[in-house]
Amino acid sequence: METRSLVTIADMSKEKIMYLLEMAQEFEKNTNRKILDGKVVATLFFEPSTRTRLSFETAANRLGARVIGFADPKITSGTKGETLKDTIMMVSNYADIICMRHFLEGAARYASEIAPIPIVNAGDGANQHPSQTLLDLYTIYQTQGTLENLNIYMVGDLKYGRTVHSLLMAMRHFNPTFHFIAPDELKMPDEYKDYCQRMGIKYTEHKDFNTEIIKDADILYMTRVQKERFTDLMEYERVKDVYILKKDMLEGCRDNMKILHPLPRVNEIAYDVDESPKAYYFQQAKNGLYARQAIICDCLGISLDDVKNDPTILK
Amino acid sequence: MKKELQVAALENGTVIDHIPTEKLFDVVNLLHLQEMKTPVTIGYNLESQKMGCKGIIKVANKFFNDEEMSRLSVIAKNMQLIIINNYEVVEKKDVNVPDELKGIVRCSNPKCICNNEPMPTHFKVTDKIRGIIKCHYCEKEQELTKAQLL
Repeated sequence: METRSLVTIADMSKEKIMYLLEMAQEFEKNTNRKILDGKVVATLFFEPSTRTRLSFETAANRLGARVIGFADPKITSGTKGETLKDTIMMVSNYADIICMRHFLEGAARYASEIAPIPIVNAGDGANQHPSQTLLDLYTIYQTQGTLENLNIYMVGDLKYGRTVHSLLMAMRHFNPTFHFIAPDELKMPDEYKDYCQRMGIKYTEHKDFNTEIIKDADILYMTRVQKERFTDLMEYERVKDVYILKKDMLEGCRDNMKILHPLPRVNEIAYDVDESPKAYYFQQAKNGLYARQAIICDCLGISLDDVKNDPTILK
Repeated sequence: MKKELQVAALENGTVIDHIPTEKLFDVVNLLHLQEMKTPVTIGYNLESQKMGCKGIIKVANKFFNDEEMSRLSVIAKNMQLIIINNYEVVEKKDVNVPDELKGIVRCSNPKCICNNEPMPTHFKVTDKIRGIIKCHYCEKEQELTKAQLL
């Protein structure tokens, strides 16, 4: 059945991305509304993710929708052996839209094929997390005033980091120059470097992480280097402190440069960086609210014009 | 010297030729030939100028449709279907890789939803020459010839 689900952002057109960013901008101007009055939004988290769930639920609540769902798969019938299909079909009877996080890859795609209502992918295993990508794009747009021709530096775990892969693909429309800064064990997979070559995206790889390397950055996208990703713990010990951003490294960086991070952070950004005007990861997380408001409304068939001329805005 | 046929001639039906010997029984299983009621001749380890060693299958009174043909493409490239009518070759068809494969091979990703739900698998063929398929669900790519048949 054809619904307006959002499963991936990888194949989204430039026009559609800009359209959703403009809608998110409207929600930033006026966050509290009743545009979803009478709607029921289901948040089904088959894998716990507090940050993402709270963001989706806040987005729905601030637009006047009611929220049902579960935050912990242990309390659902999935543990009794119910299939995903049965859960989705059952919830489709109650809700107008489903925002779902699942530990299996492709779960949201499958749900979108069987459900009579729209599905929003809130993360499916290591595969896609389109609302994160949209909020990253929104944050870049907000801080730089454009998405075009930017120098984007990605740091840390570029091998398993789903967010960096999706961002890389979504940026293909905007002529970016990427710099990949990672240890050998966690460097950008060939698959994505091939993608860059096919799409004519410029990139450079680095192993060092210092002021000199990042001085031309417009965006510094930090990710966490996780111990469990290493087969060789000696290697982890050797590199774990190399990819930490410290405040003194920011001297000499561009004035417009902003530091992003999908959060949660552990130690990869020193705490004194938080005070720098370049630190932008908390605002980035806040943008998740506007991006998700735009996604929910778009999937429910509410247009940008509806959002602009919305009579339900709460002052 | 008289050249002897290694397998008896067929009056009406289909000959599947140039099957890699080690894939012969995969073809049998894939086309469910063991369930056929008409005569089926299976030749194994036959000499082939092209391949050195090959398999051949002759199925009497059976003509395969496009869907069955595309299933065959999963097993090996360069196989050929020869349509026989009244002992005459009326058509030779090369087995081509289709654009999509539904319910034919298994996804190699254990964390893919299609390995964890009662649902058909679905692949897009992303590179016909190199034989690369991409799972419609988990988006992982794999090699067609290494894919496990369902």
